[in-house]
Amino acid sequence: MSLDRIARERLVRALAASVISHADELTSLDQAIGDGDHGLNMKRGFEAVLAALPDLADKSLPEMLKAIGMTLVMKVGGASGPLVGTFFMELGKALPERPSRADLVAATEKAIEAVKARGRSEEGQKTLLDVLVPVHAVLAAGGDARAIAAEAVQAADRTTPMQAIRGRASFLGERSIGHMDPGARSVSLLIGAAVETLAFEVNT
Amino acid sequence: MSNVGIVIVSHSRKIAEGAADMVRQMVGDAVPLAWTGGDVDGGLGTNVAGILEAIETAWSPAGVAILVDLGGAETNSEMAVEMLPEDRRARVLVCNAPVVEGAVIAATESSGGSSLAAVKRSAEEFYA
Repeated sequence: MSLDRIARERLVRALAASVISHADELTSLDQAIGDGDHGLNMKRGFEAVLAALPDLADKSLPEMLKAIGMTLVMKVGGASGPLVGTFFMELGKALPERPSRADLVAATEKAIEAVKARGRSEEGQKTLLDVLVPVHAVLAAGGDARAIAAEAVQAADRTTPMQAIRGRASFLGERSIGHMDPGARSVSLLIGAAVETLAFEVNT
Repeated sequence: MSNVGIVIVSHSRKIAEGAADMVRQMVGDAVPLAWTGGDVDGGLGTNVAGILEAIETAWSPAGVAILVDLGGAETNSEMAVEMLPEDRRARVLVCNAPVVEGAVIAATESSGGSSLAAVKRSAEEFYA
């Protein structure tokens, strides 16, 4: 897979748009089980990412991902900034400039491990990991763009009946059951935007 | 000054500043102290840049103990610690303690010249 400058900029704009256009929805999910700032925080972070264009897209893919991660870490705030930011930064560190599918599988796994360490969390605790881990499994098993996008949506849905163990929602205990996790939804949106853009770019 | 520095990180600027006032009243200027609170737009939240700046302000060769309130403050503090130069990273610890009580106890321990590990232990005894 090789993304030229135009494709990289298209990817950044699609990622940002997916979160910014759903900011209100993310905020209402967070109002149900968190402190209600998730949509606003993610929007602020991705607006800062957009503001870094066009220079951002001049960078190589790994450097661009690292820069996105650093911007999110510095601008998003909350626990989501370091968690989502770490994912992008570690992905950037692990990916070569022209990644194969195997490279993408390996790099995503490393990035997920880094998110687990950052949040001291595991799958099944009603967090973004409940989207990242199953989507990674579909990617690793050779799933196509449509299968990956579908899993991202379904995995976020599956956080609804879960009880939060980590993060602010864990204060609610059983009352966190019945609401989709906002972080899982954000990551699901980002994955959906990424695969849609990448499927358009590469016919593999 | 070689006493352990104290950094207070709250989602609220007012809580961070108020906790710092209480620490100052207890230990005066014997301990390097800094506080940070709020997101980058000034709303409730925490931000890595503010935490890095506070660590710099409260820096001591003996190290820095960070007191945090809620989850995001902890995650952002740990992120900030990882972004420090390598030679400083091991000398900054995030304490698992209530932010106000922990800060006062940590600062009191520090003002007596205790090590970073002892300062952290004292602050965390609140949860023990």
